[in-house]
Amino acid sequence: MSLALRNVSLRIDAATHIYETSVELAPRGFNILLGTTLAGKTTLLRLMAGLLKPTRGAILFNGKDVTQVPVRERRVAMVYQQFINYGHLSVFENIASPLHVAGVRAAEITTRVARIAEILRLSALLDRKPAELSGGQQQRTALARALVKDADLVLLDEPLANLDYKLREDLRDELPRLFADRECTVVYATTEPAEAMLLSGHTATLFEGRVTQLGPTEAVYRQPIDLTTARVFSDPPINTAQVIKSGASVRLGDSVQWPAEGPLASLPDGPYTLGLRPHHVQPVNGGNLPDGVTIEGRVSIAELSGSESVIHFDLLGQTWVSQSHGVRGFKVGTVAPFRLDVRRSLYFTAAGRRVRAASL
Amino acid sequence: MSTKVPNQKAWWLVLPVVVLVAFNAVLPLMTVVNYSVQETFGENVFFFEGVKWFEQILHSKRFHESLQRQLLYTAIVLAIEVPLGVAIALAMPRRGPWVSVCLVLMAMPLLIPWNVVGAMWNIIALPDIGLLGRSLNALGIEYNFTRQPVAAWATLIAMDVWHWTSLVVLLAYAGLSAIPDAYYQAAKIDGASRWAVFRFIQLPKMRRVLTIAVLLRFMDSFMIYTEAIVVTGGGPGNSTTLLSIDLVKIALGQFDLGPAAAMSLIYFLIILLLSWVFYTVMTRDEAN
Amino acid sequence: MALVRLSSLRHSYRAHVQADADWAVKRLDIEWANGTANALLGPSGCGKTTLLNIISGLLRPTEGAVFFDERDVTALAPDERNIAQVFQFPVVYDTMTVYQNLAFPLRNRRLEQGAVDRRVREIAALLDLEPMLAQRAAGLTADGKQKISLGRGLVREDVNVVMFDEPLTVIDPHLKWRLRSKLKELHQRVGTTMIYVTHDQTEALTFADQVIVMNEGTVVQAGTPVELFERPRHTFVGHFIGSPGMNVLPATFDDGVARFGGDVVELATPARPPASAKRLELGVRPEFVRFASDGIPVRVVRVRDSGRYRIVETEAEGVTIRLLLTEGQLLPRGNAKLRFEPKFTQLYADGWIAS
Repeated sequence: MSLALRNVSLRIDAATHIYETSVELAPRGFNILLGTTLAGKTTLLRLMAGLLKPTRGAILFNGKDVTQVPVRERRVAMVYQQFINYGHLSVFENIASPLHVAGVRAAEITTRVARIAEILRLSALLDRKPAELSGGQQQRTALARALVKDADLVLLDEPLANLDYKLREDLRDELPRLFADRECTVVYATTEPAEAMLLSGHTATLFEGRVTQLGPTEAVYRQPIDLTTARVFSDPPINTAQVIKSGASVRLGDSVQWPAEGPLASLPDGPYTLGLRPHHVQPVNGGNLPDGVTIEGRVSIAELSGSESVIHFDLLGQTWVSQSHGVRGFKVGTVAPFRLDVRRSLYFTAAGRRVRAASL
Repeated sequence: MSTKVPNQKAWWLVLPVVVLVAFNAVLPLMTVVNYSVQETFGENVFFFEGVKWFEQILHSKRFHESLQRQLLYTAIVLAIEVPLGVAIALAMPRRGPWVSVCLVLMAMPLLIPWNVVGAMWNIIALPDIGLLGRSLNALGIEYNFTRQPVAAWATLIAMDVWHWTSLVVLLAYAGLSAIPDAYYQAAKIDGASRWAVFRFIQLPKMRRVLTIAVLLRFMDSFMIYTEAIVVTGGGPGNSTTLLSIDLVKIALGQFDLGPAAAMSLIYFLIILLLSWVFYTVMTRDEAN
Repeated sequence: MALVRLSSLRHSYRAHVQADADWAVKRLDIEWANGTANALLGPSGCGKTTLLNIISGLLRPTEGAVFFDERDVTALAPDERNIAQVFQFPVVYDTMTVYQNLAFPLRNRRLEQGAVDRRVREIAALLDLEPMLAQRAAGLTADGKQKISLGRGLVREDVNVVMFDEPLTVIDPHLKWRLRSKLKELHQRVGTTMIYVTHDQTEALTFADQVIVMNEGTVVQAGTPVELFERPRHTFVGHFIGSPGMNVLPATFDDGVARFGGDVVELATPARPPASAKRLELGVRPEFVRFASDGIPVRVVRVRDSGRYRIVETEAEGVTIRLLLTEGQLLPRGNAKLRFEPKFTQLYADGWIAS
């Protein structure tokens, strides 16, 4: 089923919650809404479900305008961040509840519930009540309830956010498999860029009620249309700095420069904002960049996990973040050299629009 | 942020309730307003008098005295019940088997019909045969609520406190139960004294609930009728003739419909005004 | 600042312990050196919060003792132990201003006004709370309130231990990393002994010098982030730490040689699995698996891009083996061969390391 929003906007009292948006969602694969809290992800999901009516614009299912159709009559399922289950019903009855409401025969209910429970590994828990289950099992019950009714549209609002770290990873692996052979549009809201990348599919980045970019996830990540999108799609945040292009080189501050090659050569002279992701800033000792543009910064914080180092350092009055593989000793307060992978840098105009990615 | 898709069909379900409320509240209220501006000598003959009754009531000494008595009564009752209720709620256990026992004990006074409460206290306070009355006199305290105004007041107040403190207790207890343990733990770690815990954690967190408790108790005690009239009948003399008792005396006793209706409306407006004042004062901080 | 030692500690929430499973915290002995940043890492229900509450004094252990330096503090109440605790959700005194919140613990201890003022401003500067000192605490955002909670803990100069119970739970995801870095910076500057409880391995490993991994009430492994990463002593640690977790593959061991399927696998150190071991497994992290011209034959099944690197899932002998590729590294299609870096490949017998 194809879902499209045409010129949809939402105003409540004087505040605009969603600015005019027109998006078309892919019928297969994940459609991810990526943005910080309060960016408008939940609002957009509720507009798609029909729980909210847009101030302007139309929602189209398969080309048909369903904006006035009440939620009950749309074939929609929703999974929330808090594991919402009927506390007084057993897991079996929880999963069966939408089928009961739809008037499906008892024998068919049993088979369908059994099948879904099998896929979500809940078969052994069908008699228990939600309160007796762990967080992951409760969320899987909620998922099962959403999947059993073969809805055309499945909306997931940060469903893994309340789960333990490892559990989140495991379920995240499972989710694409769950939806692989279903004919439904899936919309998944999340705040974590890594999650969006791992689920793949298409991503729409949201910022303060606006959809800044919509496209295949990898394309949005590698070629953000503007600085806002690059920022939304970065964790830890993207490093930015003012650079000046003049003639055949690009200059950062007074002493650092590199040749304006390839796509940069055609850039008009002037000031630009440089965007460089933390893993493209590597320490000289032990990083994966054997040569290139070198800068020196004073280390302010060193976060060393078992597999990688995240170093915060100050350069030209700004804090930069470097993320590299491996663990190395960094003394806070010392000055250390870092390499910039300018081949992967992004350039934005003063207004924030991207003009170049150094390499594609 | 949640505006549901408007469904107009629900209004039909509200219709029966609207009709009921219209008959039981709106129409009688309109009737009272009607009477308050008219004079009647019976036989369904009415003369329009304008604001004559209102002026009469507002200037009558009798009305001022009942109003003062009522204000004093409500003030005393609130001053005792609210702190006492909070104190009892603080003392009640929050966990364990005794919780249900305490809650049931607290709920019991609220379940007794009000005239039964009045009758109970009337009998128990009788100076010659009542348990309380007789014991007090035996201890040497001269106590006779049918003759002494002070004793009558004391009895009324004791009855109200016995009857209604439980409401404050239950509401305050609910408010206290909502405070997460982490706050008490943090206070322990910060070295806060018991009083500091009460002042900085429990009281602020109970604020909403206490507002409701105070408003409810204010309105109910300001309108008190049944219990008071069964216990003292307004006496001795008119020392415990509170506002509603006086109103009924005028309306039904003397059958002065006009003044009675005017007094009803004034009564209603006083409660409305004072409730609004209470509410605004107690919730002003939340708006900041 | 103090050294924290737990001696023969055991705790159960039940009055009568019948089975081993009734112990929320099973017997353990731990010592945390003075001034170190430590983490207690484990899934929900592993006993880490129980342990934290025992150290802070909110819970009295069923057995065993807690020592701060040489002092036995097991019988002392929390306010007598001179500790600070930051909870999962911010605990602030709503009716007070930020300044009054921070001053509260000092005023309770009857410090004189000048000292209180000096200390409050010092801590506020450390936490970037200075511009908000006059504001009412209730009006701050979640991470502001958590900082107040933290500040109240640090404001006392004689604090023995500062404890964190999953403090980033309610923080907005895009602010989480900033507060996380702030906590690390704080430890660097203040130098008090700190214990951080979490289920998030990134938080634990970036914050702590010493991490204790717990599961079902027991300590599975204690070590530095590097040790836990490079040489997990239990497959649970291998799985729990690292994203994605360690590859655990069924293995056989004959004549001192470990094999996966038919292929010989070189190990970091000679293996000595007990004869009674029922299950033998090989553990190697995706970070230490590479494509090679010669090695274990596998089939490439799935590739996922996480931005910084790509996670490649391959299959061999019915088992999934994951490895990581950075940007720029080539991905072979279909069939390929893998090599495990011997320095980081271990043999596990019934879950425990056998090399």
